[in-house]
Amino acid sequence: MNRSEGNFRRRWSNRLMLVICGCAAAITIAFLALILGYTIINGVTYFNLDFLTQSAKPVGETGGGMREDIFGTFILVGIASVIALPVGLMAGIFLSEVAGPKAASVIRFSADILAGVPSIIVGVFAYALLVRPMHSYSALSAGVALALIMIPVVARTAEEAMRLVPNSQREAALALGISKWRMILGVIMPGATTGIVTGVMLAVARVAGETAPLIFTALGSAFGVQGLTEPIGALPLQIYRYALSPYSDWQKQAWAAAFLLVILVLGINIVVRLVSYRKKQ
Amino acid sequence: MARPRVGDRIFSSLTLFFALLIVLILGGLLVVLNIDAWPAIQKFGVSFITSISWDPVREEFGALPAVYGTLLSSLIGLIIAVPISLASAIFLSELAPEWMSRPVSFLIEMLAAIPSVIIGLWGLFVMVPFIRDPIEKWLGSNLGFLPFFQGPPFGVGFLSAGIILAIMVIPIITAISRDVMSAVPATQREAMLALGATHWEMITGAVLPYCRSGLVGAVILGLGRALGETMAVTMVIGNSYKLTPSLFSPGATIASKVASEFSEASGDLYLGSLITLALVLFGITLVVNIIARLLVWRSISVKGTGE
Repeated sequence: MNRSEGNFRRRWSNRLMLVICGCAAAITIAFLALILGYTIINGVTYFNLDFLTQSAKPVGETGGGMREDIFGTFILVGIASVIALPVGLMAGIFLSEVAGPKAASVIRFSADILAGVPSIIVGVFAYALLVRPMHSYSALSAGVALALIMIPVVARTAEEAMRLVPNSQREAALALGISKWRMILGVIMPGATTGIVTGVMLAVARVAGETAPLIFTALGSAFGVQGLTEPIGALPLQIYRYALSPYSDWQKQAWAAAFLLVILVLGINIVVRLVSYRKKQ
Repeated sequence: MARPRVGDRIFSSLTLFFALLIVLILGGLLVVLNIDAWPAIQKFGVSFITSISWDPVREEFGALPAVYGTLLSSLIGLIIAVPISLASAIFLSELAPEWMSRPVSFLIEMLAAIPSVIIGLWGLFVMVPFIRDPIEKWLGSNLGFLPFFQGPPFGVGFLSAGIILAIMVIPIITAISRDVMSAVPATQREAMLALGATHWEMITGAVLPYCRSGLVGAVILGLGRALGETMAVTMVIGNSYKLTPSLFSPGATIASKVASEFSEASGDLYLGSLITLALVLFGITLVVNIIARLLVWRSISVKGTGE
């Protein structure tokens, strides 16, 4: 009697806990649905052609758009990629193909620690390194800040992609008598292309939405894109400014900008994941 | 052994150079921040950490309210996030069939990919009004005898910041805990089930104890992220500089203070104080991340950056 009662309790507490775990996963997805749902509904409501093709209007005038800021985001991500890709890829090659286990673990550890540095601190660093000596907020300093965020991500994903290339390919290439560096560039890199592109695209998606390091490097600009050493606007920066502004027209534009940014960032994420999933099968 | 070729030597040193650049950047961060923080460190010394004033006019700066706000909001975030994340990870790793766990994992990773400024926008216009009206009013009238739930319900404040942080770290803790749990050998599970344990007893008796240190690492990694999270917190915390036990009160974190005042700061001392704040945050997250990395690495040999 006692024993079957105990079993009954065990069975039911088992079921209860399993249901609770399922609910927790559902709560997490509910957060995603709420955030995406509001962003899409509000964004679609306030989104229009003017938003894409017009410059910002002065305070008090309705209408206008974020043409310059959209353009600015692409430029900043471009600067960041130009700096971060060579550094990240070469560091990835070092980790996967060149370094001994000890050197690799030091670099890997540093990369992971750098990836964990809050982005606002990277912004302060770029300010102290570039904005202060040059006496001007600039697109360049913002691009460098974003590059510092990209580098560890690119390095680690490139490393992992190259590790997945089977050793037999390395041996086959070396057996043919070519040198190691040509083996890396001619055999390993092409074999790891999907993985590397995946990592780079995810890094791009990540920095495209970064805001904190731009506040005091890019600053934002009412005059559009004027050059690398001048302040520049960016989509996430404008979301932040407009969201905290007291003007309802600006707040609406913040939602429209958020909609565009979400499509951009999640779009990249979804495409990349689908492609790498296909490849695996 | 083949003799090393010149091309190989050059290429190897080139990759080494770029790899060392990563270490150099980390070192550069420390050095440059210290140089620019120096005016404030020199003037205030250790009392910078313990002082509660922030007065740009009189040039008196102290970090205590910001440090307090950072720790408090992260603590609230973890209290909410840890049970939800661990339960979600158990669901993904132990319970859900493959056809279900894959899309659910995908959606959770999407939550992690949403830019923080968009979560902040949503927090400010959707979540904060909801927290002000039913949640804080209810807490105030039913649990108002506790010091945490006293004062007028502003909506923006520590509680909102904590909840936003919870939403942002749940996907991180969930993803890493899932990987840590999946790394537990199947023999552990089978042995427990063979003894007649229920599924839940198998999880609590075999899986969780086996990967405990990795789970702690996952939580600490989430903490590291929460401590440094900037945009979403800046948008919902209300930016007020004070030391109060009330969770309803507007406050500030180190990151929000730096984000909201840095571009207006005038004078070396004001700017130096903000950079010293950033340096304090850097130190805290550095220690937290190093501990977390070591714990997680030990559980899953070599894994991704956890992004």
